[in-house]
Amino acid sequence: MDPVIELDGLEVRFGGRPILKKLRASLTGRSIGLLGPNGAGKSTLLNTLLGFHKPSGGTARVLGRDIRTHAREVRGLIGYMPENDAFIAPMSGVRFVRLMAELAGLPPEQALERAHEAFFYVGLGEVRYRALGTYSLGMKQSAKLAQAIAHGPKLLFLDEPTNGLDPPARLRMIQLIQEIRDRGDLRLILSSHLLRDVEECCDQVLILKDGNIAAHCDLEEERRSNRRFLELETRGTSNGCFLESLEKLGCQTAQGAQGRLKLVLPEGLEIRRLYEVADEQKVQIRRLNYKRDSLEDIFLKAMEAADGRL
Amino acid sequence: MAVYKKTYRPYEGPLTASWPRFLVVRRYAFEDLKRSRFLTIFYLASFLYPVIAALIIWVEHNASALKVLNLENASRLVTIDAGFFMTVLGWQSMLALFLAAFIGPGQVSPDLTNNALSLYLARPFSRSEYVLGKLSVLATLLSLMTWVPCLLLFGLQGYLEGWTWMTDHARVVTGVFFGAWIWILVISLLALALSAWVKWKPAAGALVFGVFFVASGFGGAINAVQDTKWGSLLNISNLIGTVWVHLFEGDNPTSNGAVFFRQVANQVIPIWCCWSVLGLVCLICLYMLSRKIRGAEVVR
Repeated sequence: MDPVIELDGLEVRFGGRPILKKLRASLTGRSIGLLGPNGAGKSTLLNTLLGFHKPSGGTARVLGRDIRTHAREVRGLIGYMPENDAFIAPMSGVRFVRLMAELAGLPPEQALERAHEAFFYVGLGEVRYRALGTYSLGMKQSAKLAQAIAHGPKLLFLDEPTNGLDPPARLRMIQLIQEIRDRGDLRLILSSHLLRDVEECCDQVLILKDGNIAAHCDLEEERRSNRRFLELETRGTSNGCFLESLEKLGCQTAQGAQGRLKLVLPEGLEIRRLYEVADEQKVQIRRLNYKRDSLEDIFLKAMEAADGRL
Repeated sequence: MAVYKKTYRPYEGPLTASWPRFLVVRRYAFEDLKRSRFLTIFYLASFLYPVIAALIIWVEHNASALKVLNLENASRLVTIDAGFFMTVLGWQSMLALFLAAFIGPGQVSPDLTNNALSLYLARPFSRSEYVLGKLSVLATLLSLMTWVPCLLLFGLQGYLEGWTWMTDHARVVTGVFFGAWIWILVISLLALALSAWVKWKPAAGALVFGVFFVASGFGGAINAVQDTKWGSLLNISNLIGTVWVHLFEGDNPTSNGAVFFRQVANQVIPIWCCWSVLGLVCLICLYMLSRKIRGAEVVR
């Protein structure tokens, strides 16, 4: 897959203080999560890609366009949903989204049509003529999503899209993001400090810490490998023979203390076969878990690294 | 596609050219302004003086009208010369200041208070286009009430008086046009810059007046206390008046400016100083706007 974003030694400084420190990465996922604690540089990275901050060193490419030389073209490809409230309070929802679509280059008639469509799509069809200032927090978040997608961008930047939402509103927002992602018409970058949001919506994740890339991993790959990774707790006479038998089946094994084993199963081997081998070796399998090296584990490992690098 | 089909679809239609995109901002601003009844009434009322001036010109050249008024043997009612047009421009320019103070802050401050700039500028739309769009709202409205009626009056007078009068007073055209534009530029930039910094509409409007009236009072105080003329550099209407006199009458002026925009007697400042200060005011305003009109504000 073509890279969505290529960071090529990207450095951003505010008043001499480095905020993003020579980032290098190539993000290729369909939906990419941008994770990190507050102040890690997530929003700064998005703002820099949008051209709001000038890089003090290096550069970045968005869908192959250099942000230094093709900033306007880059912005034409992006739909941006900012973290904070951003709207014009006295304007009606549909008029606001129409204005934003027209500024993105849509002719007035198409912009109006798309604004209506976007409002229905995010579930605000009934309130689209109401002033934005009267919207609830959840409605404002949805309106922000509507303005981000109305002009049909190729890449969507979502900065903390579930901020301040109650559980049903959050679920609705996540479903919308998943739906947009699964249609495959556009690629998205989701910046959040909520691991759950990223885990549910993204297939690749970039973790930032103190302006450095602390981790960059493919969640799909992790999920696939986790499915073959088992942890067993056994009781029995001969763990050594049991391990030997498992290795003969093609498993990779590692023995821990107190009868604990870690296994990586080969493709095609059923779990049932492990129980059969255990029975043959007179070994009891007391507990069997899929190893859950979740996003949380990846995130915590990244955060533990002293300088923010794994 | 019908709106009931609630699904996301990419846009593959045509796109507008990028250079006139600032006009989108202007169109939306005009739609908003049209909703204000007070503004509409004020704007219409602001054309009263040019209408009266047109009537004066017409009566001056209409024998039957003069007969009705029993003025057929009288000398001219009013002399239609550079001073006449400077007076019309002076009245209209003062009304323009009120209009700019009223609508100018409403152009930028709502976008800043609601963080809407990040959305404007996340599109293929630059900061300068944003400022140009907002500036064009004020420039259009203020042009229609300053130099446009003045030039129409000049055309009417020229039509009634003849070609010779027009060529004799050709300098009035450049004076009206450039004089009005300087004023429009200064007050529009001031209104936008102050509203970008203050963000609160009423305060920004009051500040626009403050810059003109309080600063001129302060300048007058400096002049009186220090027995100097340089305090008048703080008096923007005095600076504009000096520039207008120069534009209308050249190096040999016969008047000291127009109503509201007069040079202070014995305190005439060199013309280059006036141009420099007005230019400096515009540059400061542009700097203020460039600091505030940003997609993301950096908190150091």
